Amino acid sequence: MSSTSTILDPAFEDVTRSEASLRRFLHGLPGVDQVGAEARAAGLATRSIKTSAKEFALDLAIRMVDLTTLEGQDTPGKVRALSAKAMRPDPSDPTCPATAAVCVYPDMAGIAKQALGTSGVHVAAVATAFPSGRAALDIKLADTRDAVDAGADEIDMVIDRGAFLAGRYQHVYDEIVAVREACHRENGESAHLKVIFETGELQTYDNVRRASWLAMMAGAHFIKTSTGKVQPAATLPVTLVMLQAVRDFRETTGRMVGVKPAGGIRTAKDAIKYLVMVNEVAGEDWLDPDWFRFGASTLLNDLLMQRTKMKTGRYSGPDYFTLD
Amino acid sequence: MPSPFEYAPAPESRAVVDIKPSYGLFINGEFVDGHGASFKTISPATEEVLAEIAEADEADVDAAVRAARTAYDKVWSRLPGRERAKYLYRIARIIQERSRELAVLESLDNGKPIKESRDVDVPIVAAHFFYYAGWADKLEYAGHGADPRALGVAAQVIPWNFPLLMLAWKIAPALACGNTVVLKPAETTPLTALLFAEICQQADLPPGVVNIVTGAGGTGQALVGHPGVDKVAFTGSTAVGKAIARSVAGTSKRVTLELGGKAANIVFDDAPIDQAVEGIVDGIFFNQGHVCCAGSRLLVQESIAEDLLERLKARMSTLRMGDPLDKNTDIGAINSGEQLKRIRELSEVGDAEGAERWEVACELPTKGFWFPPTLFTGVSQAHRIAREEIFGPVLSVLTFRTPAEALEKANNTPYGLSAGVWTEKGSLILKMASSLRAGVVWANTFNKFDPTSPFGGYKESGYGREGGRHGLEAYLK
Amino acid sequence: MTPSNARIDVRKTYKLYIGGAFPRSESGYSYEVLDSKGKFVANAALASRKDARDAVTAARKAFGGWSGRTAYNRAQILYRIAEVMEDRRPQFVQAVSQSEGLSAAKAGGVVDEAIDRLVWYAGWADKITQVVGNANPVAGPYFNLSTPEPTGVVAVLAPQASSLLGLVSVVAPVIVTGNTTVVVSSYDRPLPAVTFAEVLATSDVPGGVVNLLTGSAATVGPWLAAHMDVNAIDLTGVAGDTALATDLEVAAADNLKRVRRAPAAEPDWSLDQGLEPMTAFLETKTVWHPIGV
Repeated sequence: MSSTSTILDPAFEDVTRSEASLRRFLHGLPGVDQVGAEARAAGLATRSIKTSAKEFALDLAIRMVDLTTLEGQDTPGKVRALSAKAMRPDPSDPTCPATAAVCVYPDMAGIAKQALGTSGVHVAAVATAFPSGRAALDIKLADTRDAVDAGADEIDMVIDRGAFLAGRYQHVYDEIVAVREACHRENGESAHLKVIFETGELQTYDNVRRASWLAMMAGAHFIKTSTGKVQPAATLPVTLVMLQAVRDFRETTGRMVGVKPAGGIRTAKDAIKYLVMVNEVAGEDWLDPDWFRFGASTLLNDLLMQRTKMKTGRYSGPDYFTLD
Repeated sequence: MPSPFEYAPAPESRAVVDIKPSYGLFINGEFVDGHGASFKTISPATEEVLAEIAEADEADVDAAVRAARTAYDKVWSRLPGRERAKYLYRIARIIQERSRELAVLESLDNGKPIKESRDVDVPIVAAHFFYYAGWADKLEYAGHGADPRALGVAAQVIPWNFPLLMLAWKIAPALACGNTVVLKPAETTPLTALLFAEICQQADLPPGVVNIVTGAGGTGQALVGHPGVDKVAFTGSTAVGKAIARSVAGTSKRVTLELGGKAANIVFDDAPIDQAVEGIVDGIFFNQGHVCCAGSRLLVQESIAEDLLERLKARMSTLRMGDPLDKNTDIGAINSGEQLKRIRELSEVGDAEGAERWEVACELPTKGFWFPPTLFTGVSQAHRIAREEIFGPVLSVLTFRTPAEALEKANNTPYGLSAGVWTEKGSLILKMASSLRAGVVWANTFNKFDPTSPFGGYKESGYGREGGRHGLEAYLK
Repeated sequence: MTPSNARIDVRKTYKLYIGGAFPRSESGYSYEVLDSKGKFVANAALASRKDARDAVTAARKAFGGWSGRTAYNRAQILYRIAEVMEDRRPQFVQAVSQSEGLSAAKAGGVVDEAIDRLVWYAGWADKITQVVGNANPVAGPYFNLSTPEPTGVVAVLAPQASSLLGLVSVVAPVIVTGNTTVVVSSYDRPLPAVTFAEVLATSDVPGGVVNLLTGSAATVGPWLAAHMDVNAIDLTGVAGDTALATDLEVAAADNLKRVRRAPAAEPDWSLDQGLEPMTAFLETKTVWHPIGV
């Protein structure tokens, strides 16, 4: 969590000045060839991660999980249980690390904060009329402030996909900037902002690349694939394109932005594929919970099972891991 | 974080292959001793001797050609196409069944990464047999005349870069069309061809339809020059190809030649840049650059040259070089000491001619034959490294300003096997494709192979096509 | 009388094959199937209008996936059908012999031919485009390429006499190019078709690619011919019935189904059928693109 808000990058003043200049810039980004991008992602997915590398990857993956519950049926009890799980994913093994965060709706942020206390596990709240984002800006900002006031360390906002697909990039940009402002706390600190694209709705990799740059220029700390409510959610090639974007953005500005694939990552095997991709595309600087997260719920137990398999040498079963 | 994500070794097990101490020749359906001396085949990654291989002399070659002739006359030419097809389908299936064994053996003998032998070579080998199996009973539909007939006995000589794949490219269409074959694998990579002989036995292929004679240049000459062969198919160097063309002059032997190349990989400023970088890497570092159609000349538009090279170098730095049997290896061993010597020599010429060498900083194993992924910038058309085939992981980078200049440079070579074009503008792709004097043009991709797609060169890259419907023509009259 | 110590055999229930599952007819109807000598063999499900409707839905659902597979993959799957059929050859010989009244030797020849025909069509999957598609040398700076594409959902009225070879000869050419199909089997001789469906179900053929209805072409055929989500119909199964064939053609005209007409008499299935069984259910797509800098 940064203590002060970074000033928006002056390098992009010319770009973000008008709708026209923003469009020129975004449409001037190199295209993404779908077949090539998917082939590259599939190629990286054939990496074979064994023994010590696998142990490292499993623990890192656990530390990167934003343990998520985003259901209409969520209750304080459910959120407290999830928070307990986040702090001690494997009660039988004290060496098992905690997850990065618990991810909840804004009205549950206070409960989660209370439950997590000073454990170091962050509270992430999905604000801005998640998941559709179909609300007036002041409502989105109020939603954000609510969550921040309740103690959210991180805000996961959704972009206005309708505006984006209609080419109203300035609108999307301004909204991100406004939400980012709303992340400030009175004490001068600021919640980290993750910007969700809902790549399943943006559909093309060219759009994903453009949305990535748009969000990064608007000051996003993280760019995130999906809400988990739309299929397809996170995929390897979408994440590849986003990792290339944060890599290129750092080349240009010197500023690092994090990446969070969310939704559909259910197995340790999948998670390791993502980590390989982070390692080889963005680089090892991103192999850190500050810069890469998994938005997931069932993933955690599979990571724990694989972790136990590494330790005991035998396959475990779901009965041996808690369900929250 | 103290612990970076260092991939632990992930070696593919060798237990799946059973290499015999020595191998004979495969003639008339059985393994027989050769009359010549024997030679050793080694693993280029470790220089470990893998097996003793019989060297076929003229008498052995003669026996193989006679066996092929008898099989042709008595069995194969009389078999209906649909029955020939079933043998080829069987072979395709056995290759699929024994795919890991073939992949491991190929990587051991050739030095290529298991990732490639497993995911590229062997699957395409099976697909090639499967595809041509389907043609065996459909030849009258192939557009090569109403009553196409086989040529007879085909003499086939293949190189060491894709040992089993080149075997498939030769044997599958020949057999589908009703020919019988005598094939000579390269002396440094005979093992998968000999395992293929076992596969022919498992498939109950009639004796003599496929004969494998191992040996070096002398064996190849004896085979190509044998008066009993009706067809010569060769893949290898342009120099040897020319010698073959001379040697068959005045005979009725039909010839197809698939020879060297110096392909231009042309990147325009509007290319999908990340995929272009991948395509450049695939183009020149796939199979250690031991690829006749390798994109060994990068032609990049000046306006993006600096950015592209930076990205390329960063990407090259993530290539993993080492044990070919490690599943995470991207770059394996150079196939032989002799080839390594040639790569080194030409690279030194590049230095001497004033090009700037950049190579990936990596530790080379002390045993075996290794050469790091390398690129030369500041290369001009006049440099030898822009004109001669290095056949190794060495990329020569040139720049251009306009499409016309790119075309001029791309075509300014005696070779004409392949080319690559990278741009998001469709009409430019087609303009470049139609003006490039090359047998295969890849647009926004590179080094793609498929049994349905014809492959072969213009100019000194050879003549004839392998693959696809066109590939049948070489084996029919 | 059965001796008291004899084993009583377990008989198979012959059902429809729709969307990869084997349901009974939704109507609850079945009909008696007799062997060539008139002896009862089994009850077959009698497909209804609604079964046909369900089968079309299943075929449509499967079309995107099947037509989107690589030709190589479809080739492998058709070849796999042949492999599994060869494995069950004795069963097919018995079924064909029983249905068609052939000697075991002759029925064996028919089954062999059916298997070989599948192999023949398997090979066409990745070759038909190379034989009927082409680049066109238009007079201008354009790249111009014509390629065949599958028509869509094809209803097939399978031959009445040739219960297996005829069936394979009308089904394989339809699916090898990427179409999906609803097949109405021979009415009097449906059992080899049901066994064939069981082979399909265990040969990596995705559910819904082939849907098999046992019953009457005269009853179900008109519903298929008139169905607006069916793109083509093969009328081979009503060979010789000019009146019915004409009615079906008229119904098919409502959405301009491609019609493979009913022959005057059932063809000799032992002969090479040529390309027409495939090309009848292919569209040609031509793509133009400028060439320039």
